[in-house]
Amino acid sequence: MVGKEVIVEFKNDFMLTGTLHSVDQYLNMKVTDISVHNPEKYPYMISVKNAFIRGSVIRYVHLPTESVNFPLLQDSTRKEIMNNRKEKKAPAAEA
Amino acid sequence: MSGNLTLDSYIGKVVQVMTCDGRQVFGTLEGYDHSTNVVLQDASERVFSTDGVTNVPLGIYMIRGDNVACVGEVDTELDNRIDFENVTVPPLGAIWEMN
Repeated sequence: MVGKEVIVEFKNDFMLTGTLHSVDQYLNMKVTDISVHNPEKYPYMISVKNAFIRGSVIRYVHLPTESVNFPLLQDSTRKEIMNNRKEKKAPAAEA
Repeated sequence: MSGNLTLDSYIGKVVQVMTCDGRQVFGTLEGYDHSTNVVLQDASERVFSTDGVTNVPLGIYMIRGDNVACVGEVDTELDNRIDFENVTVPPLGAIWEMN
């Protein structure tokens, strides 16, 4: 997802469009080349070209549909669920 | 609340911090920590309202990480070019969840 253009929607309805530079485990994000997508909902945009966004304030991250590999996503989600189930069983077996 | 992503590259630069109650505070980023607590020098709050824009000088400010929504690097050239006198917008809303 890094390098893709995303729209980050904040919990206070503020929206920000830019290129995703990096993400961390808390879903904090660094977005570069910020531009105004929705009609100047907030004039703050003008002088800021890149920003660090705290994960806790993000409501949604709008991703471009083309860049999401659905089969891969479904596969990894399935694997994640399997792993979680195994981990649940394993400690019970040990105990 | 910071993993591999740090505010290192913004240190010493003029940044705009959007707080969870919808305020915009400008200042030079002096320091930060893992909880995104932020220390700003020569801070000032830019207040937007339907009557226009005002700047409130604050001096040295420390903003608690919980209250930080976003830290943006200000392009000072771009900022100087804008005529804020004529900007009239209702103030930005607060982020309801203020953990």
